[in-house]
Amino acid sequence: MEKIQQLLLKNELVVAFLFVGIIMVLSFQISKKLTRGRIPGAAIAITMGLVLAYFGGKKGIADIPVLSGMALLGGAMMRDFSIVSTAMGASFTEIRKAGRVGVLSLLIGISAAFFMGAIIGYLMGYTDLKSMVTIGAGACTFIVGPVTGNAIGASSDVIAISIAIGVVKSVLVTILTPVVAKHIGLNNPRTAMIYGGMIGTTSGVAAGLAATDPKLVPYGALTATFYTGLACLLCPSVLYYAVQLLMGS
Amino acid sequence: MKIYGVAVLAACYLTGQLFGELLGYFFAFDGNIGGVGFGMLFLILLGDFMKRKQWIDTESESGIYFWSGMYIPVVVAMSSIQNVQAALTGGWVALVVGIVGTLFCFALIPLLSRFFSEPKQD
Repeated sequence: MEKIQQLLLKNELVVAFLFVGIIMVLSFQISKKLTRGRIPGAAIAITMGLVLAYFGGKKGIADIPVLSGMALLGGAMMRDFSIVSTAMGASFTEIRKAGRVGVLSLLIGISAAFFMGAIIGYLMGYTDLKSMVTIGAGACTFIVGPVTGNAIGASSDVIAISIAIGVVKSVLVTILTPVVAKHIGLNNPRTAMIYGGMIGTTSGVAAGLAATDPKLVPYGALTATFYTGLACLLCPSVLYYAVQLLMGS
Repeated sequence: MKIYGVAVLAACYLTGQLFGELLGYFFAFDGNIGGVGFGMLFLILLGDFMKRKQWIDTESESGIYFWSGMYIPVVVAMSSIQNVQAALTGGWVALVVGIVGTLFCFALIPLLSRFFSEPKQD
């Protein structure tokens, strides 16, 4: 038994690969079999991660020695590296295709989510600048929250909240999109592009559009792919200063 | 070779981080401003440029796509190492912000879509 534990401790990163792999398999099976694809597997997997973190300590599940590799795999370096890689495949010609409509809906979508989040955060007692900005960033997507929180030095519990906000959003978008599609005129490529730029959470947008009208998926996904990158750029910079200015500090 | 792609990715990532750090330093701000966003921007530009010049083949590209496929698993690992026990005291914030923020954005979609379509119809 001790031998096994030593083996796992010595190979912490590889153990993390296996562990995350198991979480992914379970989540995608649950998504397919129990929700018939209604809730994206990615959202279930991230929720599972948060639930598991509860059973750890300050550093979540990484406080359990044999799972300390999770801190390596889920650390800031790996996270930022893999996020940057998702930009590959987006080409400039595609950005141009999205054009003015796409760019404007992205800017409005990010600002709307950010300020709404920051204001509610403030009203619910998170009145310091770093927490407000991190919560606002979390209202963009579950990536923008932690990236922004790390960049400006927010506390881990606020970062965890920002991830949870992004997950709530992703699930809600997936479920709501087919329901509200008619009311918001979501039946043409242009509105689909606006929708992708306004909502931005890629897994939610893709899953929601697929359930509404599969032909619209590429249009929504086109603008949504730029959302996270642009928000990671704006939240810790321009939007941070905007909140600072409004707070008068 | 796959490592070529990974190296290109690493170069974009590091340059982006450097930009973010410099911007932070410039604004006397204790942190990194938009390093990830800059990295993505560089990868889009460099990737597009290298593809047009045919300096990068699908084999090298697959080195980059491997990492983009690891993105969700890495995020899952990231969420599992947060201080969730402390966050639960603010659990309501997550729900309220998630729901209200999302509904607000949904409500804005028809407004924007009307704003963009009218000039064309005239």
